[in-house]
Amino acid sequence: MKSWITPRNAFVAALLAILVLLPVYAALTGNTFMMTLFTRIVILAIAAVSLNLIMGFGGMVSFGHAAYLGIGGYVVGILAKEGINAGLVQWPLALLLSGLFALAVGALSLRTRGVYFIMITLAFAQVVYYIANGLDRYGGDDGLTIQRRSEFGGLVNLSNRTAFYYLCLAFLLATVYLVWRIVNSRFGLVIQGARSNERRMRAIGFPTFRYKLVCFVIAGVLCGLSGVLLANHTNFISPALMHWTRSGDLIVMAVLGGMGTVFGPVIGAVALLVLEETLPHVIGLASYLVTGKEVAAAKEYWQLILGPMLLLIVLYARGGIDGLMAGTRRG
Amino acid sequence: MLYLIEQCLNGIQLGMLLFLLAAGLTLIFGIMDLVNLAHGSLYMLGAYFAATFITLTDSFLAGLGLGLVATLVAGMFMEVIAIRPLYGRDHLDHVLGTFGLLIFFNELVRLIWGPEGRTISLPPEMLTAVQVVPGIYYPLYRLIIILATLSVAALLYILVMRTRVGMLIRAGASNREMVGALGVNIKLLYTLVFGLGAALAGFAGMMQAPISFVQIGMGENILILAFVVIIIGGIGSIRGAFVAAVIVGLIDTMGRAFLPDAVRLFLSYSAGSSLGPALSSMLIYALMAGVLIFRPEGLFPAVGK
Repeated sequence: MKSWITPRNAFVAALLAILVLLPVYAALTGNTFMMTLFTRIVILAIAAVSLNLIMGFGGMVSFGHAAYLGIGGYVVGILAKEGINAGLVQWPLALLLSGLFALAVGALSLRTRGVYFIMITLAFAQVVYYIANGLDRYGGDDGLTIQRRSEFGGLVNLSNRTAFYYLCLAFLLATVYLVWRIVNSRFGLVIQGARSNERRMRAIGFPTFRYKLVCFVIAGVLCGLSGVLLANHTNFISPALMHWTRSGDLIVMAVLGGMGTVFGPVIGAVALLVLEETLPHVIGLASYLVTGKEVAAAKEYWQLILGPMLLLIVLYARGGIDGLMAGTRRG
Repeated sequence: MLYLIEQCLNGIQLGMLLFLLAAGLTLIFGIMDLVNLAHGSLYMLGAYFAATFITLTDSFLAGLGLGLVATLVAGMFMEVIAIRPLYGRDHLDHVLGTFGLLIFFNELVRLIWGPEGRTISLPPEMLTAVQVVPGIYYPLYRLIIILATLSVAALLYILVMRTRVGMLIRAGASNREMVGALGVNIKLLYTLVFGLGAALAGFAGMMQAPISFVQIGMGENILILAFVVIIIGGIGSIRGAFVAAVIVGLIDTMGRAFLPDAVRLFLSYSAGSSLGPALSSMLIYALMAGVLIFRPEGLFPAVGK
């Protein structure tokens, strides 16, 4: 019997506790910035977890995952602009369209592999990006402000900061649970088997293409959900939502946290976005220690550190943060 | 008709630019098997170097020359420090690692040159237009780009197909262990190839700079186009890159020039102005998807791969 109290599980539990208790802290200190930041983190973590399902477990490196963020967001934005605010219309439609897009992209791109797969998923995401740029009625490349968040009658009020945060957190936990169930099911084992040796899986009679396609669609729908939440969070959508560098960010989150582990991407999302917020201060502090006074300009250049850090993680810590804690190399 | 010829020339000019980027990318990909997202950063660096050296030397040509050397050195430096450990790794590692480099270079440029962009102004004698066909005047500088790139393409062809270094490069592409076992310094060869690719990208950046604008992130969108070019042309094939670059350049330019009017036939005027460019960008990606589905190896697969 394996002990459940490992450094890794303790860390995950601590992180969960922080995520759950954050609104309490924010309410006590009146720190609304923390709430905004962590709502964003939780939402993007959903996207990272969904990407990890296909990338970490299925070996399908999608470089166009931000497209689903965009589709989810634009469905909410466009319907809101046309006066349809009902969440029960907006959300299912967004998920449906994300799923259909994933079905089309997957059906075509899963015929290729390796770097071709990376590039073809990127290409499809670029197509959506340019479509959004061409939607003049909905802001074109300037983007579109969403006047009212999705409405669910009296059920839940998304404009309430705390309620919205807990809703997002609930969706994140549900997503993690769902992915965990998928990965440990027969379906998930086939997917992982196809990653290790597709030919062998086919030889013992699994139509791997269909399995992978279904997996790809599930990931697309989950990421579409993340896009729906993101649009409701920022009250704004623009093509920048699905610029290809955003897809890169999602990959970074999944790998940073630990690819191929269910909870890793959540850690990665928290780590990357918290790092983005704190690195400027760390550099400011370092400049204070070195020169004796805080160099304001030094703070701006935090990405100088982030870039090489990514490279170092790729080179020396492939298991990501999760892998470091588990003490084994994964991925 | 005149408009058509002019747009054709514009398309070829864009295609030439894409070829410069794609040639480096496809060399690096074909030989080192490396996906380099930071290739667009070298394009950007080239433009910034040229802008600086033109200001310093007060001469357009000297500035370009010095800028080219600087980009070459920067590329080789980058290869030794950051790229070398990535060889032989998973493609996902390449994507991530070079994505980190891309972030780093954007920030480095901001640190050195500041957040505001630069412009490169052409010497007055290049600002004229010449008559290419009776009745059609075309900017001289754009013609210079086309001719300069064509000569670079020819030089590249001679270098790769007719010289000893080129022979080693081709040998390295088909079997690197064997080339290493025969006593060739494969590390040095890789560094040289990377530097060559960097110089080509930098050259593209500095040639384009006088037409557009030197700014941070200028290489990001064109890099994706260059990737599309090498996928269509066949990874590792310079000839494929050349043909695909011209095709993509023509589609993009023609689409932008004529699709808005075509859309206006069916929809409103404003719909044409907004949908046209979007449609032409989509056409390129649709072409790439088509190539990947029906000819996954590209139009001109590299020999021996």
